[in-house]
Amino acid sequence: MHPWLAGLIGGCMIGAAASLLLWSNGRIAGVSGILNGVLLPQRGDVRWRILFLAGLIVAGGSYLWLVPQALSVRQEFPLGLLLLAGVLVGFGARMANGCTSGHGVCGLGRWSRRSLAAVMTFMATAMFTVFLVRHL
Amino acid sequence: MNAGHASIYFSLSAAAAGILFGLGLALSGMADPQRVLGFLDVFGSFDPTLIFVLGGAVGVTALAFPIVLRGQQPLLAERFDLPIESTADKQVLIGSAIFGIGWGLAGYCPGPALVGLGAWTTETLYFVPAMLVGALIHRAIMRR
Repeated sequence: MHPWLAGLIGGCMIGAAASLLLWSNGRIAGVSGILNGVLLPQRGDVRWRILFLAGLIVAGGSYLWLVPQALSVRQEFPLGLLLLAGVLVGFGARMANGCTSGHGVCGLGRWSRRSLAAVMTFMATAMFTVFLVRHL
Repeated sequence: MNAGHASIYFSLSAAAAGILFGLGLALSGMADPQRVLGFLDVFGSFDPTLIFVLGGAVGVTALAFPIVLRGQQPLLAERFDLPIESTADKQVLIGSAIFGIGWGLAGYCPGPALVGLGAWTTETLYFVPAMLVGALIHRAIMRR
């Protein structure tokens, strides 16, 4: 399958998953937000989060495991950079109250101006970061 | 919490949504950090695949969400649990800027990182704990 077609089909599946969660559970499918509710649990609001994340991890992970070409090999990515990136992503997503899924997929779907501003901001800084790392 | 949360169906539909979301991330190429960085590399070897991913995802939600929200309540809960709509505040913009730097450094955002963890990739075994630490640091600062 052409990667663009796989991207489009996969993207529609992501959008359908977010729509399903809103339709049946009334919840926003923002991965960092759902994860945060497990990290800082509130009574009666944990089990659905664990099941959503378990489904995502097991199903997505199994796909990558079974279809090796879904993941290109990257050798020797610096460990320090990986850890720094992780901390920034975790911190930033909480501060912004959403990440690529919460603001991107769901927020834009609700025509939220706040989410649009968030998406434009993180796209810009991410592109700028890649420019600095790769071309300077 | 409301009775809906006790329902087994509430949990099962969350699991189904998670499965579909995870498969979508894996199939789309979004879980491949090299492809993500290729998309972000607009001044270099630009890879447009992610436009199709985001276009497909937002295309579906932009059509489905308004229809879903026209209903009085969700199928299995008493009410829709939505963030309060507001204009973009400083927190959202600064947080997003920080998030984007991290995303651009390694090519992982939270969903794809968790999918990678499911495949037990070496990188995500480091990235995901670091991401949780970042969330906890934010929590610790907020508590002060």
